[in-house]
Amino acid sequence: MTVIKPKIAVYKFTSCDGCQLAFLNLGNDLLKLTDAVDIIHFAELGMVNPNAKVDIAFIEGSIATPHDLERIKNIRAKAKFLITIGACATAGGIQALRNFADTAEWVAAIYPKPETISYLATSTPISTHVTVDLELWGCPVNGEQILTAIKTLLLKVKPAIKRDSVCLECKRSGNVCVMVTKNIPCMGPVTQTGCGALCPSVGRDCYGCYGPSENPNTDSLSKQFQQQGCSRETIQRRFLFINNQAPAFLKAGMKK
Amino acid sequence: MSMKMEFNNQEYYFLPHVKINALLDYLHHQGFSCIGPQIKQDAIVYEELHDSEQLPWGLRDYQMPGQYRLEENNVKRAFSWANGPQAIKPQLFKPKESLWRVARDSHGKLTFKNVTHEMKPIALFGVRSCDVAGMLIQDKAFLTEPFVDKHYQARRENVFVIAVNCGYSSNNCFCVSTNTGPQVKAGYDIALTEIDDGFVVTVGSAAGEALINKISLKHATDEMQQAMQREINNAATMQSKAMPFDNTRVVRDLLMNNLDHPQWDDVAARCLSCGNCTSVCPTCFCSSETETPALDRIESEHSREWDSCFTEGHSYIHGKVIRDDTKSRYKQWLTHKLATWWDQFDTSGCVGCGRCVTWCPVGIDITAEVAAIAKPAVDDSASE
Amino acid sequence: MVMKNDHQDILHDTIIVDYQPITDTIFNIGLQFTDENIHRAYQFLPGQFNMLYLFGIGEVAISIVSDPTHDDLYYHTIRRVGRVTTGLSQLKKGDHIGVRGPFGRGWPLSQISGKDILIITGGLGCAPSVSMIHYIMNRREQFGKLMILQGVKHSNDLIYQSYYEKWATAPNTEVLVTADKTTTNWPWYSGLITELIKKINFDPETTICLMCGPEPMFLAAVQLLIERNLPEQSIYMSMERNMQCAIGHCGHCQFGGKFVCKDGPIFCYPDIKDLLGKKGF
Repeated sequence: MTVIKPKIAVYKFTSCDGCQLAFLNLGNDLLKLTDAVDIIHFAELGMVNPNAKVDIAFIEGSIATPHDLERIKNIRAKAKFLITIGACATAGGIQALRNFADTAEWVAAIYPKPETISYLATSTPISTHVTVDLELWGCPVNGEQILTAIKTLLLKVKPAIKRDSVCLECKRSGNVCVMVTKNIPCMGPVTQTGCGALCPSVGRDCYGCYGPSENPNTDSLSKQFQQQGCSRETIQRRFLFINNQAPAFLKAGMKK
Repeated sequence: MSMKMEFNNQEYYFLPHVKINALLDYLHHQGFSCIGPQIKQDAIVYEELHDSEQLPWGLRDYQMPGQYRLEENNVKRAFSWANGPQAIKPQLFKPKESLWRVARDSHGKLTFKNVTHEMKPIALFGVRSCDVAGMLIQDKAFLTEPFVDKHYQARRENVFVIAVNCGYSSNNCFCVSTNTGPQVKAGYDIALTEIDDGFVVTVGSAAGEALINKISLKHATDEMQQAMQREINNAATMQSKAMPFDNTRVVRDLLMNNLDHPQWDDVAARCLSCGNCTSVCPTCFCSSETETPALDRIESEHSREWDSCFTEGHSYIHGKVIRDDTKSRYKQWLTHKLATWWDQFDTSGCVGCGRCVTWCPVGIDITAEVAAIAKPAVDDSASE
Repeated sequence: MVMKNDHQDILHDTIIVDYQPITDTIFNIGLQFTDENIHRAYQFLPGQFNMLYLFGIGEVAISIVSDPTHDDLYYHTIRRVGRVTTGLSQLKKGDHIGVRGPFGRGWPLSQISGKDILIITGGLGCAPSVSMIHYIMNRREQFGKLMILQGVKHSNDLIYQSYYEKWATAPNTEVLVTADKTTTNWPWYSGLITELIKKINFDPETTICLMCGPEPMFLAAVQLLIERNLPEQSIYMSMERNMQCAIGHCGHCQFGGKFVCKDGPIFCYPDIKDLLGKKGF
C-alpha cells in the first residue's frame, strides 16, 4: 500500500540560516522524519522546488526586500499550514533594528554601490504580510519544537506551544537564579520558554531570544534592572534586541 | 521510615564532625543514595553527597527580598547557613517525570503502560525544619486516600530524613511565626543540631535509632544539650520577619474577606507573573501534563512537569483563560497558599522558609503583602 | 457503587462504536471498552466524567451522558473547542481512544430520590444533566414532578432536540425550552432562561434543582429560586474547570478550597456560593 506522505518545505527569507541549521541538527530524527513526510524544498539540504504545493511550509527569515514580499505571498497561496521559525520570521529579527534608523543612510554607509541593493525600509515579521498558522520563536529555534510541531500536525491537531516564562523551565532544570545570586539583569521573567533555559544553565542571563512570554510585566522588570544599576539606555537595549519588533518588547524598549 | 510517626526515644547523642563520613558510609552501605547540601552556582543546593568535604563548611547565606549571597564566615561548621533555593521538593516531586506510555497497533488499538520507578532509596542529609514541614504538607496533597500519587509515594516511602535544626536564620526566615521551626518537630529519622565540633543528635524513628547504634554514637553531655538549645534559641530570636496572625486561619479569613482590596492591584504592578515563587515553594504541588508522540506515530509518552498558577495554561478551559491577568494569578497564589489551603488540608500552605521572598526577582515579600491587606484590621484592633 | 479507585491512573482502550454529529461543532460518541470484562465492570454515576485520551495529543475531561445501567455504550457529548476535542471530532466509527475514569462526585442520587426535580441547563453545557434525565426517565416512579428548563443563545444551538420532544410527552413532566434568538418555526419560547423560571410552578418544600451551564446563569437562576423560597441546600450545580489529573493533584481545577475534579464537579450551592461569580476563581 502506498501512503501519500505530507509534503513539507523550508523557505529562507532575510536571515542567517541558523534556524535551518537547527532543523538540520535534528540528525537522526531528521532521517526518521523522512519516513513520515516528503521534504520537497529545503535548499540548505539540497532539495529545490520552490513553487510546489505543500502541506506544511516552514519560513525562516523576515521580509526585508521587495523580492521577499513577492515570494511570501506565493508561498502562502501554496501552503496548507504555514509555520514561522525563529526571531526573524516571527518578529522581524535583529535586522529590524533598521526600523529605528534611516535605512538608506545605512545602505549608503556600508555598500560601495548602494544603487545595486534592493531593500525595503523596514524588516517585518511574516505575519505582517500573510496569515501565519503557528509561530515558533527563538534565535535560533529549538529543533525539538519543530519536530513536535510536525509530529502533532501528522496527528491532525494544531501544535500547542507553551508561552510561560523561561523562569519555570530554569527552575525545573535545577538552575540557581543569576538575577538573585549575582545581580545580573536577566530577561527570563518576561521571555517565553522553549529553549530549555539554555543561557541560565551556563550561568549567564537570558537575553530574550524567544520573545515575550504570554503575560510579561516589562515595566516591573525594567524598574528592577534600574535598581540593579542599569542605565535607561542599557535597559532599552535589552528589549530592543533580537525581538525588537515583538510588541511587548518594542513598547518596553521605546519607553523613555 | 520517617512516615511512621510512632516512636519514642528521648536520648541525646553526639555526632562529631569527623564521624559524618561514617554516617554517610553506613547509609550508602544500606543502599541509600545520599543527597546533601553543597555549593553550586553561588548557592547551597542539594545534590549527591559522597563525602563530608562537599558540605558548605564555613559559609553563610545573606538573604534579602530578591537577593541571595554566600560569604565565608570562617567558622568551622557545615550548617551555619539558613537555606538555598531548593531542598526536598525536587527529590520527591520531580520537576519533570514520565507517567505512562502508550503503543498503538496497526488496528489502532491502544496499550497503556504505567511508568514505574526502580530507583535507589534516598537519604536526605541536612534538611531544615521548614523543608521537613513542607514535605509533610506535600504528603497530604499526594498521599491522601483514595487518591495516592504512586510516583511520589515510591520515593517518599523509602526516604531517610536527617534533619538539621537551625542555629542561624536569614533575613527572610519566618518559621517561628508559622510554627514550623527552627527546630524540627516531626517527619525525621534523626535530627542534628550543630554545635562546636559536631552535632547533638535526637532520634525520630526506629530506622534512625538503628543508625545511631550502628555508628556507635555516645550520649551528648549536659553542656552539649545546653549548647544545642542556645543554637535553636539563637535562630529563633534573630528572626525579624513574621507572617501576620501567626499564619493561622485568621489569615484565611482576612484574605477571603478582602478579595477586592486595592493591595491586589499594587502587587500586580510589581509581580512578574514568572512563577519563581511557586517553583521554590516547598509545598506548591501543581503540575501540567504533556504528551510527546514518537515520530513513528506508534508510541507516545505522557508526562508531567511543575506548573504554576502564574501561567495562562493553569486556568485554561474551553478556549478561555479564567485568570487572564497578573492580579487574579497573584490572588490565586496567595489565597491558595494562606487561605484555601486550610479548607483542603487543614493547614496553611506556608512553612516560613522565605524562599518566595528571596527568589522573587523583584523581591515581593509574602509577609508584607499580607500585612498590607491586614493593615486596616490591625489599625482597628489597635484603636479599640 | 463506584469502581474501586485504583482506576485513577489506568487507561483502557475503547472503540468508538457510535459516532453522531449533532451540530457543526458538537458530536456524540458511544464507546465500548475493547476488554469485555472491563466493559461489563465499568460503573459510573450520573454527573461523573471520564478523561478521554487521544493518541499522541492528550486527555480531556468529558461528562458521561448515558444512563448508568440501561445503556450498552458509554456516550460522551463533545464540543470541538480545544486541541484534544478537535482531534476527537476527526475520528470515526472503529477508531480507538483511551478512557480513564470515572471521576468526580455525581448528582446526589440519595438526596433527590422521591423529590420533584427541576433541571435548569443553559447553553451547550447541558451534557452533565443528560445522564441524570435519562436516569430519571428510566426510573420515573422513583421521582415526583420533573421540570426541564433549557436555554440556548440561538435556536440553532439546541442539541438533543428529539430528546426534549420525547421527554415532553413523559408523564408528570414539563419541558420548557427557550432561545435568546429564534428562527421561524421555533416551537418553544424566546428570551432568557430566567423568564422560564418565572413561568413554572414548583413546591419549594419538595423540589430539588439541578443546574448546568455558564456561571452567570447559575447566579441569575439561584436568585430567582431563592426569591421563591427554594432552600439553598436544594440547589446543585455542575462546575467546569481545567482538569488534567482528575484526582486533585495537578491543581488546575481549584475553585477556592475545592478541587472541582474530586470534590465536584457537582456541588451543593452553599458549598461554593462564596466564590461563585468572583473574577479569577
